[in-house]
Amino acid sequence: MTSTLTISALTKRFGEVAALTGVSLSVAPGERVALLGHNGAGKSTLMKIILGLIPATSGEVTICDAAPGSQAARRAVAYLPENAAFHPALTGLEQIKHYLALRGEASTLAMPLLEKVGLGQAARRRIGTYSKGMRQRVGLAQALIGHPLLLVLDEPTSGLDPVSRREFYALLDDLAAHGASILLSSHALTEVEARTDRIVILSRGQLVAEGSLPDLRRRADLPVTLHVTARNGYASDIARALPGAILVDGGLTLTCTQSDKLETLGRITGLGTKVSDIEVLPPSLEDLYSHFSQGAGQ
Amino acid sequence: MIRILSTARIEFRIALRNRWVAIAMVLMAVFSLVLSLAGSAPTGGLGVDRLSVTVASLTSLSVYLIPLLALLMSFDAIAGETERGTLSLLLAYPIARWEILLGKLVAHLAILTLAVLLGHGLAAGVAIWSDQTSLAGLPSLFRLSWSSVLLGATFLGAGYALSSLSRRPSGAAGLAIGLWLGLVVLYDLALLAAIVADNGGWFTTDAFPVALLANPADAFRLFNLTASGATAAAAGVGGAADAIPIWQSLASVLLWPLAALALAAAAFRKVTP
Repeated sequence: MTSTLTISALTKRFGEVAALTGVSLSVAPGERVALLGHNGAGKSTLMKIILGLIPATSGEVTICDAAPGSQAARRAVAYLPENAAFHPALTGLEQIKHYLALRGEASTLAMPLLEKVGLGQAARRRIGTYSKGMRQRVGLAQALIGHPLLLVLDEPTSGLDPVSRREFYALLDDLAAHGASILLSSHALTEVEARTDRIVILSRGQLVAEGSLPDLRRRADLPVTLHVTARNGYASDIARALPGAILVDGGLTLTCTQSDKLETLGRITGLGTKVSDIEVLPPSLEDLYSHFSQGAGQ
Repeated sequence: MIRILSTARIEFRIALRNRWVAIAMVLMAVFSLVLSLAGSAPTGGLGVDRLSVTVASLTSLSVYLIPLLALLMSFDAIAGETERGTLSLLLAYPIARWEILLGKLVAHLAILTLAVLLGHGLAAGVAIWSDQTSLAGLPSLFRLSWSSVLLGATFLGAGYALSSLSRRPSGAAGLAIGLWLGLVVLYDLALLAAIVADNGGWFTTDAFPVALLANPADAFRLFNLTASGATAAAAGVGGAADAIPIWQSLASVLLWPLAALALAAAAFRKVTP
């Protein structure tokens, strides 16, 4: 067994609508993979097929050599749904004890789990009184039960404050270090940037890009953005000298390709004292993401 | 087994907090007490013990109340989980769908059984306290108790099936009320109307008994009235009890829970979260 999750040529249709088309992907043990895509790009559908909640139209998915939805696969996979919800009448402790029982684990593990996600104080309160972030932590606690080989996390950090997010990713790093594979989707691109090994971009049901961040940046070859701040009164002079520059709040923004970058910088320095500052911005993950997801639509 | 028991325990706790346990117990207790106290009036005239009369009244009550309680407890079982968004996570766990259903059934049936035992216990207590000969009515009360639980199981299964078929709890509630009205209220009225129109023809002799056995609520009433020989104290459709052999109504009472639960399992299997 080389990879925890293997997906090959996966296609899912809902009637006439193709939700996923020919998606192939594999996740190795200990690897953290981020799944990016617009709403409706097929992220949740892909996750539901991996979990065996809905059948694929064609293609093959294996989880630790088992079929999705089989008893063996469900034992190996932990899931955190988007907007994790629980019955409001139960306490966090009761809910986690139930989930422990479903996985055949001892109920005494419930309290340590809740403490691990910072819910020790609220464990005996009803989930109905919890905030969204606290419910998300219950969801996280249940995903940590047992020793899952694959964690499927749908928007796991939505509703968490920045400090909790950092704690959450620290937990994930720990799991990955012990060999668990992690597949997560997120809208918070900046946190994904630092915390995952590989990025997969889905657009309209197709896998449009896959690789590490430097890898994707090189392939996209996106233009560089330059911010030029003018000295008082010289903004329009500079705008005339730099065709294509856009005047924003007394500063100018212009873009150029990687190869033109130095030449453009030279022209700007040639303007001398009219310029007070220059800032060079490489393409962000947001830019890469829009580049790859738009490319698929055309 | 652990998974089923854990599901049952959690469902029981939810029902306890949602006051379903209290509602079921209070309803059964109040109605049983009222019937056993009011049932004293015709005793002397009929020459039967007081408990037997109470059992006949309780049978008529149970036909309405048990299905209603069962449907009220079960309509939310699947649709509620779908709407809350808890079903997709639950189905990702290593628990089979039939185990989920069985766990819920165990909890809901336990609540119904508690309510039935409380109500019937109170009724028996009142009857025996005021009339020593009422001990003779205990076997028919016991029969009423277990057949009430089976009737409950039938309508719990029907409720789970409706809950699986409709995507929302509000839709499931509507279907459940519709089923209750249809099977428990309108069905008998329709049969009576058909008999009056038929005037002793083919429908009355051939179709009517089958129609009664096909409805779990009517079969339940038939079985209890035939078995206790209390048809004299019953009115309406129950008056037909003598015409149908007891093994037939017993078979219907025993088979309906299985059929309803099979239906529920089949409907739940089609649910995609």
